[in-house]
Amino acid sequence: MTSPLLEVKNLRVEFPSRHGSLLALDDISFTIAPGEILGVVGESGAGKSLTGAAIIGLLDPPGRVAGGEIRFEGRRIDNLPYEEMRKLRGRHIGAIFQDPLTSLNPLYTVGRQLTETIRTHLPLNAAQARERAIGLLQETGISAAAERIDQYPHQFSGGMRQRVVIALALAANPKLIVADEPTTALDVSVQAQIISLLKRLCKEHGAAVMLVTHDMGVIAETCDRVAVMYAGRLAEIGPVQAVIHQPAHPYTVGLMGAIPAMDEDRERLLQIDGAMPRLTAIPPGCAFNPRCPRVMDRCRVERPELLEAGATRAACWLHDASITL
Amino acid sequence: MSTLVEVRDLAKGFDVSVPWSNRVIERRPRQWVHAVDGVSFSIERGKTLALVGESGCGKSTVARLLVGLHDPSAGEVLFDGQNIASTLAGPQALALRRRMQMIFQDPYASLNPRWKVRNIVGEPLTEHGLVRNDAELKDRVVELLHLVGLVPADMEKFAHQFSGGQRQRVSIARALATQPEFLVCDEPTSALDVSVQAQVLNIMKDLQRSRGLTYLFISHNLAVVRHVSDQVGVMYLGRVVELADKASLFAKPRHPYTRMLLDAIPDIAMSGRARTPVQGEVPNPLSPPSGCSFHPRCPYANERCRQERPALLEIQGVRIACHAVEEGRL
Repeated sequence: MTSPLLEVKNLRVEFPSRHGSLLALDDISFTIAPGEILGVVGESGAGKSLTGAAIIGLLDPPGRVAGGEIRFEGRRIDNLPYEEMRKLRGRHIGAIFQDPLTSLNPLYTVGRQLTETIRTHLPLNAAQARERAIGLLQETGISAAAERIDQYPHQFSGGMRQRVVIALALAANPKLIVADEPTTALDVSVQAQIISLLKRLCKEHGAAVMLVTHDMGVIAETCDRVAVMYAGRLAEIGPVQAVIHQPAHPYTVGLMGAIPAMDEDRERLLQIDGAMPRLTAIPPGCAFNPRCPRVMDRCRVERPELLEAGATRAACWLHDASITL
Repeated sequence: MSTLVEVRDLAKGFDVSVPWSNRVIERRPRQWVHAVDGVSFSIERGKTLALVGESGCGKSTVARLLVGLHDPSAGEVLFDGQNIASTLAGPQALALRRRMQMIFQDPYASLNPRWKVRNIVGEPLTEHGLVRNDAELKDRVVELLHLVGLVPADMEKFAHQFSGGQRQRVSIARALATQPEFLVCDEPTSALDVSVQAQVLNIMKDLQRSRGLTYLFISHNLAVVRHVSDQVGVMYLGRVVELADKASLFAKPRHPYTRMLLDAIPDIAMSGRARTPVQGEVPNPLSPPSGCSFHPRCPYANERCRQERPALLEIQGVRIACHAVEEGRL
């Protein structure tokens, strides 16, 4: 196995507050191999976007990395000084955010934003940078790129803007792209186009992707592996096929059963009662225990680590091999 | 089965012109956007009709027209034989409003943040004079909360003390307070996480079964629509392009737009079914294309599609607005 491009080890993110600090991410560990697409899925508040923000060094203060480490190509990046991180971000790690309108500057033309990014990171002159910008826009499927490059973001539709944002993220040929809900603001027909575009371009540019989304369908379409998050912790991680078809964690089972399927008829959906706990009130033991249909005494006291569970790894005592059930 | 709601050639235009002074100085004409343009359908008692489409297709405007939140520019909505627009202007308005209620998309915006749940759910009861005294009011509110899976103690809470799914249950309880026959649900689960969405959809289905409710269900999510509906209308730029019962729509979509929408859904089962890549985006509703408004994105478009607007015709038991299907090209 090749060495991982990104390695996240026991990551903890805290938000200090007057009433003690809130643990938003607790003991998150995973790796991303070069060229791999890792999906991160979970419900709102599970900490998936926060994981992405921690990796690109854009945690909103007062949030901070309180423990663990993030390594990019073997080098620690979670404690880099601001200027060092700035050089890495954009050049080696690109980012795509949910809302394409707020991630573009409305006062500058698309071309100016692209050439600025290109020239910050690559040794090109203005003419070469413009040429590269046009090339990138063409690659993302924007027709008449040579004319549209001088237009402003408001002159583009939602899907077209997201193409521009993808072009921006790819501008300096980064090795990793962190894409946070890149298709959530888009209609289904446009979403399908953007997903296949993202997948194709990352393959062509050899970039690995961390795709954060709440949409299991998008994950199934795009990813090689998927990490399921719950209440700031990893619930399950494994190959997409295995997680979708043979989920090992009761939360993943519930999540999959709650999605209305296109190919079968069910009178009722599987439902997980209750809601995800707030960060201030995460129960002891396994965070999922109050909602879990297969809860045991041990789950209420002892927190499970990620354990081997068939083809995946799940943080659930059901898969503790040392005990036979 | 009797028809509860009938919609005939419903249309709604919004004036989006620039201010008068600008029109005079810049010589700009008045501008209208036709959000809903000639929509007809009917809903049987106890059934669910789902309207599905992408943003800007006019599905929410239809929902608002149906409960009288907008006045139609043309056409009419009949509820149990009464014209909604004229009834709501007359003395029978309150009696009609009691029979139809609406559930909105965003439970964070649709509940008054300064009111306790007992007031939110109780307001329709007092407003319609359905209870005589406070004790009766309290009993009814408890009963309603129980119906949607909340506990009596929740009465004294404010909206912010609930999660998104619980808030949506409060909205449902409020909508059910007047014992309506017809509920218009405008994207009731779009703001919710999947596990919570499942809870809300299950409640809605249970209520339909136990109380014989009729739903108009607006959604952009085809999988949800497939789960809840009996009939499905697919909308595109203010018009219904295909109207069929659920089984035939999903098994055999006819209109090219319906096919495209179905192909665009991510394949969660990873079955590897063949899919045509989706083309283009929804055009600007201010200047819709001539003829069939879908023709710029349609792989089957010909000269007739560019010129002539297709009517919604009944073809093999399905109502469909497409020249290609009508001519047998598709």
